[in-house]
Amino acid sequence: MSTLYERPASLQNCLTHYCAGCGHGIVHRLIAEVIDELGIRESVVGMAPVGDAVLLHKYLRIDACEPAHGRTVAAAVAIKRLRPECVVFSYQGDGDLAAIGTAETVHAANRGEPVSVFFVNNAVYGMTGGQMAPTTMLDQRTATTPLGRRADYHGHPIRVCELLATLDGPAYLERVAISSPDRIRQAKRAVRKSFLTQIERSAYSLVEFLSPCPTYWRLSPVESMAFIEEHMTATFPLGVYRDWEESDRRG
Amino acid sequence: MPQKILMMGNEAAGAGAILAHCDAYFGYPITPQNEFTAYMARRMPEEDRIFIQAESELAAISMVYGAAATGKRAMTSSSSPGVSLMQEGISYIAGSRLPAVVVNVQRGGPGLGGIGPSQADYWQATRGGGHGDYRTIVLAPASAQEMLLLTAKAFHLADRYRMVCVVVADAYLGQMMEPVVVPDEPFPAPPPKPWAVTGCKGREPNTIKSLYLIEAELDQANYLLHQTCDAIAREETQCELVAVDDAQLVLVAYGISARVCREAVAVGRQRGLKLGLLRPITLFPFPTHAIQALAERPVAFLSVEMSMGQMVDDVRLAVGGRRAVEHFGRPATLVDAEEILDRASHLIAASQP
Repeated sequence: MSTLYERPASLQNCLTHYCAGCGHGIVHRLIAEVIDELGIRESVVGMAPVGDAVLLHKYLRIDACEPAHGRTVAAAVAIKRLRPECVVFSYQGDGDLAAIGTAETVHAANRGEPVSVFFVNNAVYGMTGGQMAPTTMLDQRTATTPLGRRADYHGHPIRVCELLATLDGPAYLERVAISSPDRIRQAKRAVRKSFLTQIERSAYSLVEFLSPCPTYWRLSPVESMAFIEEHMTATFPLGVYRDWEESDRRG
Repeated sequence: MPQKILMMGNEAAGAGAILAHCDAYFGYPITPQNEFTAYMARRMPEEDRIFIQAESELAAISMVYGAAATGKRAMTSSSSPGVSLMQEGISYIAGSRLPAVVVNVQRGGPGLGGIGPSQADYWQATRGGGHGDYRTIVLAPASAQEMLLLTAKAFHLADRYRMVCVVVADAYLGQMMEPVVVPDEPFPAPPPKPWAVTGCKGREPNTIKSLYLIEAELDQANYLLHQTCDAIAREETQCELVAVDDAQLVLVAYGISARVCREAVAVGRQRGLKLGLLRPITLFPFPTHAIQALAERPVAFLSVEMSMGQMVDDVRLAVGGRRAVEHFGRPATLVDAEEILDRASHLIAASQP
């Protein structure tokens, strides 16, 4: 009997602390699958963020660190510089990457540091109880925007891929969603391309995942996937924002 | 033959780091330590090592965290306001039991304070500095020569105990030029670090972390830090004693203040004042036992510091109320030897029966 589907070797066999319908499990698995397929598990070093995914090292069978909130990619940068033979990624949420860690995010991208940044955008702070994120959408209700996010009071949601696309440093920027099987396959291609951007081009890349948070969106898991398709992609358009392959083709 | 060259203290500290096999330097410009960063920007690439000018002190110390996590020797340098920003990362490094070196070329505070010398970061340096129950090893050079030697030693201590080692200097020590003997013997190589994250080839994955969600495990992690501090106090406490045997008044001073006190002791002795000097070289661990031994005799203590009186707390804790302990100094202007002698003669007269 042939095996059609199994747990990736890079994924631990354990119970998850994530809520039902959370997107982190999908993104963890995609990263684990790509690490297996590229055969890089024994050279990967991953950074867990402060936030929902702080226990990343519990789920992935790789060397990992747990840097200070928002300084995630700064630590990743140093690891890559000191151990260029390692494949280094930071896994970050919207608060870690686009609020407290904005400076580190922008400057690592601007220097073109050869690390892979996996940015899980669920438009809300999960671990602390559903507060406004820098990517919370207009009118979205959270614990700290009980009447909905207002542009004139809370500011607009930050579009990270578009922001980083103003810099010369990044080699590859893509926003994907994990709201359907097709989209998940595309997300996996993006993870693979991000690692290859680091391994083959020695260049910076970021993949942004639009990811569901049913608990703090107050929606069912199925409704959350529909919410991504109908609302989230309107604020955060999917697509490639920087592509070294495209630049190569244009010469 | 070891070379003797004229060096600025900031550069001497950098030379010490390079001799001690420092693999990576991360920093953010701030006066009065800019010569340090500039020196490393030039020298580290020459040695094929890593230099990054970070976007902030927050990033710099987290780069130190990352570099140290890989088992390489890493450091940063800054001055007081910048070191305040670094306390976040220092706490994480301490909680993760990573070795790292931080050089603080102190300036005045609080806030922006000034760009001149001060010794007002004593409490911050010796009490951990950031959140949580931890300490850092604190070394206090008093010359450009010691800037070199103690910065080099800091890497050894940090590795040995898997702790942050802070070298506390000040704007005088950082910026003045003095002859420095550069050792030509190589410093010992770093120890093996099987806990480092290097990619888990041929072993189980390593995790560098400071989060313990099970409270009893957090207790255990803190006990370990505490036990390490006890071992350091036993093994590494260091101070210099000058003319203390018959002293009626012992000056206690570190860094630049100790230089002035050394002069005060010499001049005072010529005038018949029985002065001595105890110069802590490690501020943590503090030379508590050396002070206790001196306090066996009838003697008074004067803690001379560029602050409103911080180290004097540790002198008082050591003396335990048995002898008079006073503070003398100002946070932004250095007292001179005559001022110290004036104060010392009054104290000696007051303590005569």
